[in-house]
Amino acid sequence: MSLSAVTSTHKLPDMSRVPTVDEVGVNERVARFQTRSIKSASKVEALKLILSMIDLTTLEGQDTPGKVRQLCQKALHLHDAMPGLPHVAAVCVYPTMVKVAKKALGNSGINIASVATAFPSGQAPLSVKLDDTRMAVAEGANEIDMVISRGEFLAGNYGMVFDEIVAIKDACGDAHLKVILETGELGTLDRVRQASELAMHAGADFIKTSTGKIQPAATMQVTLVMLQAIRDYYAATGRMVGMKPAGGIAHSKLAIHYLVMLRETLGKAWMTPQWFRFGASSLANDVLMQIRKQATGVYQSADYFSKD
Amino acid sequence: MATPENKLAFDGGWQYSPAPESTDHVSIRKKYELFIGGEFVAPVQGKYFDTINPATEERLSRVGLASAGDVDKAVKAARKAYAGWSRLKPAERGKYIFRIARMLQERSREFAAIESLDGGKPIRESRDVDVPLAAAHFFYYAGWADKLEYAFPGRKVKPLGVAGQIIPWNFPLLMAAWKIAPALACGNTVVLKPAETTPLTAMKLAELIADAGVPPGVVNIVTGAGETGAAIVNHPGVDKIAFTGSTDVGRIIQKALAGSNKKYTLELGGKAANIIFADAAIDQAVEGIVNGIFFNQGHVCCAGSRLLVQESVAGAVIQKLRERMETLIVGDPLDKNTDIGAINSKQQLETIRSYLAIGQEEGAEMFQSSCPIPKRGYWCRPTIFTGVSQSNRVVQEEIFGPVLAIQTFRTFDEAVTKANNTPYGLSGGVWTDKGSKIFKMTQSVRAGVVWANTFNKFDPTSPFGGYKESGVGREGGMHGLDAYLKLEA
Repeated sequence: MSLSAVTSTHKLPDMSRVPTVDEVGVNERVARFQTRSIKSASKVEALKLILSMIDLTTLEGQDTPGKVRQLCQKALHLHDAMPGLPHVAAVCVYPTMVKVAKKALGNSGINIASVATAFPSGQAPLSVKLDDTRMAVAEGANEIDMVISRGEFLAGNYGMVFDEIVAIKDACGDAHLKVILETGELGTLDRVRQASELAMHAGADFIKTSTGKIQPAATMQVTLVMLQAIRDYYAATGRMVGMKPAGGIAHSKLAIHYLVMLRETLGKAWMTPQWFRFGASSLANDVLMQIRKQATGVYQSADYFSKD
Repeated sequence: MATPENKLAFDGGWQYSPAPESTDHVSIRKKYELFIGGEFVAPVQGKYFDTINPATEERLSRVGLASAGDVDKAVKAARKAYAGWSRLKPAERGKYIFRIARMLQERSREFAAIESLDGGKPIRESRDVDVPLAAAHFFYYAGWADKLEYAFPGRKVKPLGVAGQIIPWNFPLLMAAWKIAPALACGNTVVLKPAETTPLTAMKLAELIADAGVPPGVVNIVTGAGETGAAIVNHPGVDKIAFTGSTDVGRIIQKALAGSNKKYTLELGGKAANIIFADAAIDQAVEGIVNGIFFNQGHVCCAGSRLLVQESVAGAVIQKLRERMETLIVGDPLDKNTDIGAINSKQQLETIRSYLAIGQEEGAEMFQSSCPIPKRGYWCRPTIFTGVSQSNRVVQEEIFGPVLAIQTFRTFDEAVTKANNTPYGLSGGVWTDKGSKIFKMTQSVRAGVVWANTFNKFDPTSPFGGYKESGVGREGGMHGLDAYLKLEA
């Protein structure tokens, strides 16, 4: 399929006019978020909100249908010992596992996210990426996490990267598109800002930091720059775009810092799973442990929480 | 540009629960006498005054009102101690100052809480800025004590004698450190007067200095208002005056010292321009505006109280600033999440309010954040004025509160002209992505400190002081030693 076949009203922004980012200032702002002290009722509320925003993820070469079924079981039964907990937002798997997840989750309300477009490297022809995407959607994925072609982006071929996103968004149909910038490969916050603008203008429903396969994965600095890009895009167009930091957020305390940052950058409209997600595999259990601690006053052994 | 329907909402939703710093570990005496000759002694006339918590309007303690007679006792105690202190082996002097620094770190929690109780500043700032910086100043000057000759190669250095030091209410402990540390390192003894609304951390410092075993009379602390200060300035036994405070009082002091042999440094008011070019990193610049004017309720002599923003980005900057202001939390200074605490005193609140009225009467457009504020205590919401020019009083005069006057400029030269068109010259800020523009601007703005792509950054190694009506002399760094030494060939 040729790119010209894609009809779109999207327009590539002028990359030279994208606002610059001062890294020192970003570090200071992030440090300030981390001084917020979140206690008692607001902590419990935050922990539950975090649970509801998690994309429970397994993206390993060694994944099997059995492993994916385990993960779905975990998504459905986070910690039945504590009633009243929200369920996670989605389960995130490779396209070949979408069918398994679909069957396991049924109509539980938990979304199925699938990475596509030759995740994690993105090193494949567009035709393969489009087939990958269509297959995942056809099997039942309602969210697609794509990767951008970082090599092309870094080489300055913005038009190519832009057209790819437009084409994949088109192939997604009704499925939501999350665009992974793989910020660990972009090198500077200025490029993170540029890639964010490019992805949003190309039609991304969400922008996402990382695949989790490259270090550093999500950082608060990178996420702040992306949130600021979302805010400016919203101011200019009126369209809300979601945010998903992924990789490296394993603890409740850090996740709460992210929520503080979200609240003070984009405000309350974004404080829902519809507009903010955590891509994480081990975060859920730490959050559960903290919720339990808030309720009982003592930490329980990690062995009381299922590890899937 | 944002349209009104695309505004962000920061009210409602997930809120932060109160997170107050505990005060269980804080001890404040019911009454503080004067610290003279290493002991707490009652004021001669037996008079005391209240120091209150500006967040609750409740009395925290009573402190002695020092008369001219008390000041005389303090100066004599300092003179007596000078003989020994100035001849002490410099490395030994350094040891005492290092000890003060370490003990300040050890007691930092208590100092931070008292600074917030007595002055109204948020605990986040007293904990993360005031107390650590005060300790850093003692550490820094302790290191100089036995190296003074190396600071001034080829010169002989001698202490001045007794230094009279008068400090303001905006950074009570930090200003005490700025004054005491270099004076002691250079071999002088001091008589220090804290501001009448914020004497408590100075009195705690007096306790600490006594506990540190500093020889009696090396540091004397007398409390009181303007008359006590005048008694220090006019005392014939004082060799040097160091004053930080308003330009009006600075003028009176300079007059009083004219013709005397007293050396002096004055650190006075300011009306700094924070200049934002269109090529700046805008989001970080907005943060810099916030740090520049809302830090410490705007009670900062070097506050960035005038914003000059290049007109092509003015709309975007003001919109972002308004949104950022909506996320600032005004309230209980002891709450760890508070961004803006209480205004220091009723009198200062009235001054700020009078300027809010003046700004509006002059036709400026005023915007204040919509945050709730407590019923009791002295509070002012973060405020910006737009539609003002160089002729507006809110642009010309130092308000010393969380009030920002915003103007636009078109060219580099226009920015410089406006920035310098003020009787003050203490600080300035420039925000741009171009290094060459930073250098050109820092050379063009007549101010003691010009920050580039940041604001309100302090370090003991860096000299601080003003041009024009912002003061005389420098404090901090090697320059700060010069103010407490006689240099001989």
